[in-house]
Amino acid sequence: MTKQVLVIEDEPNIAEAISFILSRDGWNVSTHASGTTAVQAVRDVQPDVLILDVMLPGKSGYDILQDLRSSDDTRALPVLMLTARGQKTDRELAERLGVSRFMTKPFSNTEMLSNLRELVGG
Amino acid sequence: MLTFNTLVGVCFLYVVLLFLVAFVADKRARRSKVRFLTSPMIYTLSLSVYCTAWTFYGAVGYAARSGLEFVTIYLGPTLVMIGWWWFLRKLVRVGRSQRVTSIADLVSSRYGKSNLLGVLVTLIAVVGTTPYIALQLQSVTLSFAVFARDRSAGWAVPDLEQTAFWVAGGLALFTILFGTRNLDVNERHHGVVTAIAVEAVVKLVALLAVGIFVVWGVGGGPQGIASAMDQVIKAAPEGAWALQGGRWVGLTFLSAAAFLTLPRMFQVLVVENVNERQLAMASWAFPLYLFLMSLFVIPIAVVGLSLMPAGENPDLFVLTLPLYFGRDGLAMLSFLGGFSSATSMVIVASIALATMVSNHIIMPIWLSTRPGGASEYGDVRQILLTARRLSIGGILALGYLYYSISGGGSALAAIGLISFAGVAQVLPAMAGGLFWRGASRGGAVAGLITGFAIWAYTLFLPSFGDAGAMSASMLAHGPWGIEALRPQALFGVDGLDPVVHALFWSLILNCAVFILISLMSFPSPLERLQAAQFVNVLDHSGPARGRSFSAATAEDLLVMAQQIMGADQAQAWFQAQAELQGKQGYLPDTTPDFIGRLERELSGLVGTATAHAMIAQILGGATVSVDDLLAVADETQQMLEQTTQLETKQRELTLTARQLSEVNEKLTQLSIQKDAFLSQISHELRTPMTSIRAFSEILRDGGADDPQAAARHASIIHDESVRLTRLLDDLLDLSVLENGQVQLNPRREVVREVLDRAIAATSSVIDHENMHIHRNRSDEGIALYTDTDRLAQVFINLISNAAKYCDAKEKRLAIRVRQRGGRLQVDFVDNGGGVPLESQSMIFEKFSRLSDHLAAGGAGLGLAICREIMDKLGGEITYLPGQSGAAFRVTLPVGNPSTFARGAEAGVNHL
Repeated sequence: MTKQVLVIEDEPNIAEAISFILSRDGWNVSTHASGTTAVQAVRDVQPDVLILDVMLPGKSGYDILQDLRSSDDTRALPVLMLTARGQKTDRELAERLGVSRFMTKPFSNTEMLSNLRELVGG
Repeated sequence: MLTFNTLVGVCFLYVVLLFLVAFVADKRARRSKVRFLTSPMIYTLSLSVYCTAWTFYGAVGYAARSGLEFVTIYLGPTLVMIGWWWFLRKLVRVGRSQRVTSIADLVSSRYGKSNLLGVLVTLIAVVGTTPYIALQLQSVTLSFAVFARDRSAGWAVPDLEQTAFWVAGGLALFTILFGTRNLDVNERHHGVVTAIAVEAVVKLVALLAVGIFVVWGVGGGPQGIASAMDQVIKAAPEGAWALQGGRWVGLTFLSAAAFLTLPRMFQVLVVENVNERQLAMASWAFPLYLFLMSLFVIPIAVVGLSLMPAGENPDLFVLTLPLYFGRDGLAMLSFLGGFSSATSMVIVASIALATMVSNHIIMPIWLSTRPGGASEYGDVRQILLTARRLSIGGILALGYLYYSISGGGSALAAIGLISFAGVAQVLPAMAGGLFWRGASRGGAVAGLITGFAIWAYTLFLPSFGDAGAMSASMLAHGPWGIEALRPQALFGVDGLDPVVHALFWSLILNCAVFILISLMSFPSPLERLQAAQFVNVLDHSGPARGRSFSAATAEDLLVMAQQIMGADQAQAWFQAQAELQGKQGYLPDTTPDFIGRLERELSGLVGTATAHAMIAQILGGATVSVDDLLAVADETQQMLEQTTQLETKQRELTLTARQLSEVNEKLTQLSIQKDAFLSQISHELRTPMTSIRAFSEILRDGGADDPQAAARHASIIHDESVRLTRLLDDLLDLSVLENGQVQLNPRREVVREVLDRAIAATSSVIDHENMHIHRNRSDEGIALYTDTDRLAQVFINLISNAAKYCDAKEKRLAIRVRQRGGRLQVDFVDNGGGVPLESQSMIFEKFSRLSDHLAAGGAGLGLAICREIMDKLGGEITYLPGQSGAAFRVTLPVGNPSTFARGAEAGVNHL
């Protein structure tokens, strides 16, 4: 069964790269570029796993994560967070908010794939 | 042959001369050319108002009657001047630091700004001075009469009263013209003082000339005078020329006291004093002046007594001797000397008294009839000037009245001494106030009243003779036959000279009551505050502390001050005060320090008590605050000083602490900024790097099967590399600009060409189909000398920003070029939504990109770089709010090769 993944990323080139890598690996990929409507997008798509950027226009990845974790239907959703600001405090904040995996940009394609597979139990 | 008309003519010319002198001096003072006017010489000469007609004419008469005793009149002031370091210096310092306007003001200010004391001293001064003014009028009219007496063939004896009337009127006119021309903040009258100095010279020259003529012209030289003196002493009544120790000490003390307390002396000594340098010179020069004034007194008296017909009034020898020997010219000079002596005294005395009367009597009455706030004051300044003028007129009228009623007493010297003893009653309150912190208002009031009453009872009233205020029986046997209360032999002390007797009793009882009541009464806080400031004026002439009027609004105070000081002066003063506090505008914080300063400033115009009352009225009647009480609660001076030191230390500490915390805050801010900056850079570098790495790994692992997709991936890698390079370029550029290591390459170019180049350079980035650039090329022909490549860089940035961020459907960018003075001004205004108000202040910061990344393309360093560049070029770039869209204004000096370096350097320093 193909797994559904939602990519929330505002940089079009990065979103394109992630889509390509995951599609080639057999995932069903949706992308979304706005932070403001991200939570709604999660409800609409109902993905098996979420890839979430931190620096998003309108609403930050941290705020989105917090919203997801405080709602029953999305509490358990596995979230892989990506950020270009790879400082220790960023990682700590994400973990406190209940992130499943945390990766800094630039990332290794294979590493991201293996992270995703672990998250969906594949 | 001198006719009356010649005499009047000469007098008139002399007065015109004085007018001119006063006028020129006033004018110079107004143009602030006061160096000459404030010279110690002028000050010393102005002190000669001490030498009135009484001294000029009367000293000879005095000598003729009592020998050397007249010297005491000069001895007192001489001692005061020589000992200036101990007393006068303090008096003058207090006068200046408290902006005292008169002796009444000094006493009132010292004892808690009590207006009762001000009124009391004013009354004493008026009562003591009026006879003295009458005396001056009398001397002038008498000297006219002397000329008339022997010349009845030539001209009729003029009506003495009428002469006195015209003299009084003329003096009133002169005094009003020059004494009240303006309300000077320091109550100084440069014009009048200079005229007085001229008169001082005339007096001295006249007396010396008569003396030299008498000694060497008719007296047969010093030897002749000496032998004539022996004759005179033998012929004189028993003991008349003998020295009486008691009288000498008493009279010397009296003249010293009067020297300090006479209103006119206080005026020239303290109020008109500009600096203590004047005092230092006067301390030897004025005794010298007095010495010269007294040098020929005895010879003139001796020669007069031996050569003039018997029965001749010795008070007029100075005038009659030259006339007797037919020296009309010399007589004329002598007449002018006497005239000078009289007029200078009357002028200064009436100014001093008018200040006191208007400040302590008229103004308070006027203020009390006007309840309510400052806005109802009206033009206080004008009212004050009118009050002064009326007071001057009134005082001279009083003098004239006294003269015509008393009919002109016979011995001039007697009135002089009586006046002296009257005003000397102020001495205990004044000296006590300067040197004794315990001196209180109650004591001062009681002492003054006691002394004044005894003076009036024992000296002033009896001086009218048994036909006057006191009956013969009362003089001889006391009131109701009580011998102990005989006016001239109080408590059985008989046989003393009346003046010494009166002086003794009045001052002794004055002092006793003053000290006793001071010891028993507890002064008010304000009074003790003033006491500390007066007594310790030499230690710290610092500002008054401890008062706080939180309710006071600076604006109300300004409104009031404008009405007193005049609008311009008040505004300038308030602005200066605000600046002192580090504030802009005209309204300083109403700190106690500021209130104190304002009060002192106004004191210079309306006197301390009135100024205090006016400010208190605005401040809601709060005359003394809790802080006031605290400031004076400590009993001893040591504690006060310690407090002062502690306060200073605390202020310093607070200041240092504040500076430290400011620096700390700045450092923290810098550190936060640096972290944010690094984090931003990290983000900006990693983002393109992420795409590059992801797609290159895709390529490495075989790449897309679709050749079109593969090509697209390769082109993304290329574009992101370019973006990365551009970012690095920007960062390096900014770093170089910020560190000031940039090399500028100035050259001459016309603005039009720079704009052409900038637009051409943007054509690859912007879609000209979708953005119209409006220019007025005819305005752009301005030649520049600057680094035009850098300027073009700024222009490119602004144009591409407009292209990127303008959100209008049909984008339009207007570029307007103008020259303002030596500066070029280029505005870039688009038709978009503009920059939101809250963001306008930060768009020139690094990475302050406002909208999302997609449209921006750059890293948000563009405007930061523009700002640095404009700084380097000696210009600036600003956001222009309130335009149709986003609007940026670039200004820079048009420049030329010589100024460029400087402007650019200023830019570097600016960083």
